[in-house]
Amino acid sequence: MTKYIDQGKQDTRSGFGAGMTELGRTNPNVVSLCADLVGSLKIQTFIDENPERFFQVGIAEANMMGIAAGLTVGGKIPFTGTFANFSTGRVYDQIRQSIAYSGKNVKICASHAGITLGEDGATHQILEDIGLMKMLPGMTVINPCDFNQTKAATIAIAEHEGPVYLRFGRPKVANFTPVDQKFEIGKALMLSEGTDVTIIATGHLVWQSLIAAENLEKQGISAEVINIHTIKPLDDEAILASVKKTGCVVTAEEHNYLGGLGESVSRVLTSNYPVPQEFVATQDTFGESGTPDQLMDKYGLNNKAIEASVLKVLKRK
Amino acid sequence: MPNNNELQDLVTQVRRDILRMVHKVNSGHPGGSLGCAEFFVALYNEIMELKDGFDMDGHGEDLFFLSNGHISPVYYSVLARRGYFPVDELSTFRLIDSRLQGHPTTHEGLPGIRIASGSLGQGMSVAIGAALAKKLNGDNHLVYSLHGDGELQEGQNWEAIMYAAGNKVDNLIATIDRNGQQIDGSTEDVLPLGDVSEKFRVFGWDVMEIENGNDLGQVIKGLQEAKRRTGKGKPVCVVMTTEMGNGVDFMMHTHAWHGKAPSDEQLATALAQNPETLGDY
Repeated sequence: MTKYIDQGKQDTRSGFGAGMTELGRTNPNVVSLCADLVGSLKIQTFIDENPERFFQVGIAEANMMGIAAGLTVGGKIPFTGTFANFSTGRVYDQIRQSIAYSGKNVKICASHAGITLGEDGATHQILEDIGLMKMLPGMTVINPCDFNQTKAATIAIAEHEGPVYLRFGRPKVANFTPVDQKFEIGKALMLSEGTDVTIIATGHLVWQSLIAAENLEKQGISAEVINIHTIKPLDDEAILASVKKTGCVVTAEEHNYLGGLGESVSRVLTSNYPVPQEFVATQDTFGESGTPDQLMDKYGLNNKAIEASVLKVLKRK
Repeated sequence: MPNNNELQDLVTQVRRDILRMVHKVNSGHPGGSLGCAEFFVALYNEIMELKDGFDMDGHGEDLFFLSNGHISPVYYSVLARRGYFPVDELSTFRLIDSRLQGHPTTHEGLPGIRIASGSLGQGMSVAIGAALAKKLNGDNHLVYSLHGDGELQEGQNWEAIMYAAGNKVDNLIATIDRNGQQIDGSTEDVLPLGDVSEKFRVFGWDVMEIENGNDLGQVIKGLQEAKRRTGKGKPVCVVMTTEMGNGVDFMMHTHAWHGKAPSDEQLATALAQNPETLGDY
């Protein structure tokens, strides 16, 4: 299988911050809003370099979403910043009416997504946000896998006209995608070709899938690994091409199995080419306090869980 | 600029439009719409600086955002009669395939509308965003917004009110339609608003009042005064007292016509009190 090298662990939120820094220097229409979490979102450099294009709204996420919608009237490209929990569920109706239904060019940038937020616990760990956002007509939903990809995605969405939900995380994870890789919204990335099973992963679970595939290879199982950074619109073609070859699927995501990537993949399969599928995801539960690694282990969101699901789905072929 | 007699004729015609629109589909919100006829007519025909035609960005012109979207009939009537879209299209209000949805939206591309509204409490934030964009763009034009008084019960307003004052959004004029009524009864019975002017004042806004928002002259004078107060470091709030259902005797002094259409007989009575001036659609 194709080998990937960790260029050094980094947090995906810092990839977002780096992307914002670059956008600040290259796109005068990009503006940044934040609800009292500048440090967490890693946008200090953007603020220092473009103070007039930064809006600190305080702990008032609903107002932030409305202001962002208003800023688009006048040609600005607003990037909102807060935790994923406060970027989605807390402000669902503001996003629905003032942004999505109104067709506004707002980029909702959500840090600390999923269970790897860690010690703060379930009040802050949202595992439902992909579902909430993908149900909104016209919303693009992106969950990049590492620092480089998050930076590239941040820059790419500024060029995309329409509302986008960009989801990234807190912990330092392997940074393995090429630094100069072009980010194409809606285009799945083939990471490693295989013949026995397709592993379709998003976000932090992509690196875990590569580790799982390596371990499986030692057992004589050839796994194909696909990085789905864009959950909506989903790359149906890439998914179908792969399963026609392998005949079974494991989906992997740091999200509830209800409403996440896995269900989107199931929809593609049942409508076109039904094959067995196993879900690596949280099982309709809230999270809890703990370190990111402990939580990923406890909630079955790591390479071991992916391996186990692969062995299970192979028996169902 | 049209003279006040012409504008008064327009107010009367707008009232007829509102009544006929909601009657035809037996739904919609006549009460608040009738109460704001003078405000909309003054705003779009006397107060705002507007370009010909419509583009979403609105560079180089004043902007208006309606937060209490349920009073769409008065908004649609005034936009149509200002030339944003054909007056005849008012006959499609709330019908299938219409651009005139129950609540205003950009979704069907109706010229004049820049945001969807109806889910209450969101418009002030949007207006602030548009005002901030004007400042970034070096565009000296103003942003106007209208909010129902009952709508102030939504918490997002107070986030926005705090933000606008704290960040000196002084190119914004937010008007509160103080008609004292909401669906379930008087605002003071449902959830008391208390002294709305004082609330805005202590949040740091420049507040002024229009005592009779159904007196066209007072509305024009008041909004002209509001314009003069912009650019001085504070957002401007106009607390405008209106009568829900104004212009139709049996619709006034009650919340009953907030969201109810008149019967055939009631329509005839209401129209007789507002004789045709500029021609029905």
